[in-house]
Amino acid sequence: MLTVALIIVPLVAAVLIMVLPRQVAKNIALLATLLELVISLIALYRFNSTLGIQNTYAQPWIPSLGITFSIGMDGISLLLVLLTTVLMPGIILSTFKDDSKSSSFYSLILLMQTALVGVFVAQDGFLFYLFWEIALIPIYFICLNWGGENRGKITLKFFIYTLTGSLLMLVALIFLYSKTSGAHTFALSALYEAGRSLDLPHQTFVFACLFLAFAIKMPVFPLHTWQPDTYTVSPVQGTLLLSAIMLKMGVYGVIRWLIPMVPLAVKEWGMTALILSVIGIIYASCIAIVQKDFKRLIAYSSIAHVGLISAGTLTLTTIGLQGAMIQMISHGVVVFGLFYIVEIVFARTQTREIGRLGGIRNVAPALSTSFFIILLSSVALPFTSGFVGEFLLINSLVQYQLWVGGIAGLTIILGAVYMFRTFQKTMSGETNTLTSHITDLTTHEKLVLYPIVLLILLLGVFPKPLLDISATAVNNLLSIYSDLSASVK
Amino acid sequence: MNALYVICGIGIFALIAEVFSLKKWIGFVSLLGLAAAVALVIADWRSISYYFHGMMYFDRVALAFSGLILVVSFFWYWMSRDFFKSDEHTADKASLTFFVVAGAIMMVAFNNMAILFLGIEILSISLYVLAGSNKQNLFSTEASFKYFLMGSFATGFLLFGMALVYGATGSFSITVISNNTAPVLSSAAIGTQGIPRFYFIGMLLMMVGLAFKISAVPFHQWAPDVYDGAPTPISTLMLTVVKIAAFSAFIKIFSVCFYRYAPTLQMLEQGLMVLTLVVANVAAVAQTSVKRMLAFSGVSQVGYLLLAFSSDGAKSAGVVFYYLAAYSAATLLAFTVIKIVESALGDSSVDKFKGLFKSNPLVAVAMTIALFSLAGIPPLAGFFGKYLVFTLALSNGFLVLTVLAVITSLVGVYYYFKPLIAMTQGEGKTLLVSVSDRYLLLILIAINLLMGIFPDVIRVI
Repeated sequence: MLTVALIIVPLVAAVLIMVLPRQVAKNIALLATLLELVISLIALYRFNSTLGIQNTYAQPWIPSLGITFSIGMDGISLLLVLLTTVLMPGIILSTFKDDSKSSSFYSLILLMQTALVGVFVAQDGFLFYLFWEIALIPIYFICLNWGGENRGKITLKFFIYTLTGSLLMLVALIFLYSKTSGAHTFALSALYEAGRSLDLPHQTFVFACLFLAFAIKMPVFPLHTWQPDTYTVSPVQGTLLLSAIMLKMGVYGVIRWLIPMVPLAVKEWGMTALILSVIGIIYASCIAIVQKDFKRLIAYSSIAHVGLISAGTLTLTTIGLQGAMIQMISHGVVVFGLFYIVEIVFARTQTREIGRLGGIRNVAPALSTSFFIILLSSVALPFTSGFVGEFLLINSLVQYQLWVGGIAGLTIILGAVYMFRTFQKTMSGETNTLTSHITDLTTHEKLVLYPIVLLILLLGVFPKPLLDISATAVNNLLSIYSDLSASVK
Repeated sequence: MNALYVICGIGIFALIAEVFSLKKWIGFVSLLGLAAAVALVIADWRSISYYFHGMMYFDRVALAFSGLILVVSFFWYWMSRDFFKSDEHTADKASLTFFVVAGAIMMVAFNNMAILFLGIEILSISLYVLAGSNKQNLFSTEASFKYFLMGSFATGFLLFGMALVYGATGSFSITVISNNTAPVLSSAAIGTQGIPRFYFIGMLLMMVGLAFKISAVPFHQWAPDVYDGAPTPISTLMLTVVKIAAFSAFIKIFSVCFYRYAPTLQMLEQGLMVLTLVVANVAAVAQTSVKRMLAFSGVSQVGYLLLAFSSDGAKSAGVVFYYLAAYSAATLLAFTVIKIVESALGDSSVDKFKGLFKSNPLVAVAMTIALFSLAGIPPLAGFFGKYLVFTLALSNGFLVLTVLAVITSLVGVYYYFKPLIAMTQGEGKTLLVSVSDRYLLLILIAINLLMGIFPDVIRVI
């Protein structure tokens, strides 16, 4: 029932606040996200890390088509649900000083939360697709209604890009559905069975469709072209949703719906996908180095980090997947902090051009210190959350192929280049006319940023509880591969 | 069958209403009659039977489709109240409309080619007049004339085809035709086993005639001009009621009457389908008038219906029924909005939709839902329509065609979203929306949502 509550609470709140005035709406939205956080913490407290899927709930929805409203959480789902519920109150809080958002804005954000949680807990192929697609609609409107210049064109590109992937995913899921034995069903286990029994060409087809959907969402090179524009043009809450949570849908899809579904094809094509991801790391890092726009720079850095996550996932090893899990959490928190700082600076100076800023440290020490800590995590300094994840990921890549690991490891160096350069140009140095009037963090901003900073340090020092949560689930997922290689031997 | 009596009765009542000065009752009687007809269809649900010596056959499929036609007509009539109020020809227009509906029901329930022809003619001739009912407007006259010319041409094809099939089999009854034609064993057997070659030519000519009626590419040339030029309510009628009737006639002819040749016809149908999907969707991209864009989209939807039908003719009735229901619900909603915009701002170019989200949130939300549903975005009705089509096609192994349909539906998203983007940008005038239209919008929004969330309810056949 906890899982049901996680889906229902934001949905009810979303419908409710649609008709309320703005001031009431944002308070109710905050309350709803906090309630959601409490529910997810209860789920965490009652979570048994030795078991697989828990807190399940299943109710036939469209029996004639074999569609069940079936949800549940294992460690992987739980971690991502927690990421969503922890960051959501922050997203709502970040709008509190902003009067341009109407109540429908909050309604859309809460709808988004329903869909995101739904994606992470769905245990039925159709339901997964449905939540996946529903997640696209609120974010589209958030970007379209409250976005910046040229938003119509850019958001449409984003929409069509994403829809291409998800419709192909739908085709693949229907294809698997039609291959399930007996009365056709969309149940996850039945789809696994159907997918595994296919021959290689058919598995390759399913792999191509699914991977395209997930790769567009993350995004993996060369399917990333929608991302920097969309991140830059959307309002900060949209960027936060997109970068901190929504792209995890793609990684989650790979972990839950791709790797265990078509093992033969993953073995066959995993290397190609992995190399694409690694190319993305280097490519995006290099572009980030020459970016002049603060927000675009973070957007490209996000592509680089996600490339590493997806590469680690595709090594099909426990440390790779565990690293991906913890790095997803860390990346979510870090990128949230970075984009929020961009927004804070933008709100005060009306510019995102790095060259025009400088010396913010002199006038806003709290801001610049927070930025520095978040930045350290972004470049994976030990004792920050970024270190644990990147260490595990690069470790897994080195074990996979030494040269791949070597190239992927460059991300840390390149990351340090663009992040420190950015810090230098924006925060240190002399204050200029633009930055001399900058005020330090307000209470609201502190309420959003300080927990982020705290989380980064906490996860950096004690990563083990997090790793324990997903350990069983990851091993369960990978068991198919040890079976497979055993049978080959 | 009883429903058909009622509809004809209202038609005749409206015809003579002018004489007995009962004009002000027409609206009331019409809506009441349509509601009663729906009730009669439901009452007939358990009694499946033949009428007129087997010339008409109301089975579950026919009943469901006539029910759909009547429900859609009911909402259509509600939406078009202004159309009947506007000028002097109220009674004529109302009676012609009801003859369209009567013709549509005959096209759904025929069991004899004569009845099919009768249905098509009753429907078409009324529509020729209705399309030109806006006499002052040049485009309306053009639409009427074009529709008449092309329509009679198509009818000629159809009639010639029927005559050839009759000559080969000696009967108009589709039961007799389908039983009399033995399965073709090999191509050499044609012409020697009692089926003359011209039987197949007749079949082909009927396909041309019916493809014209369902506006499948390349027999669609008339459709955009006619849908665009005709008065908005009449375009809506053609896009919904007429399309339902024409497609269900298409299904019955090719999956019941000529079912033995389904594998041969499948290739032709798939050819039509590919052309329809590609041409209509690509052509729609270039449109700047929303009404014309939806006219092209109406053509493109036939492609998805053909995909379902060509995959498995016998099993497709349920899928086609749901798809048409979803499509009609979305089209009615979209055209209600277009009607509101047109009556306030003159025409329905994309620019006229600017700022609608700020000035008229309800209208904008309604249009959004309609466009989302037409584009096939979950969880709306149109999504499930497409989903069922894809499932049917994939379970019959048509992987490439399904992927093609997916790609064209992405093109669809591009043009459906143009008015949507316009609505969120700029400033717009507040439009006047009558209370009746407001309720209509709300009900249609609810229908679109509920059909998407509980698709099982409507999949009765």
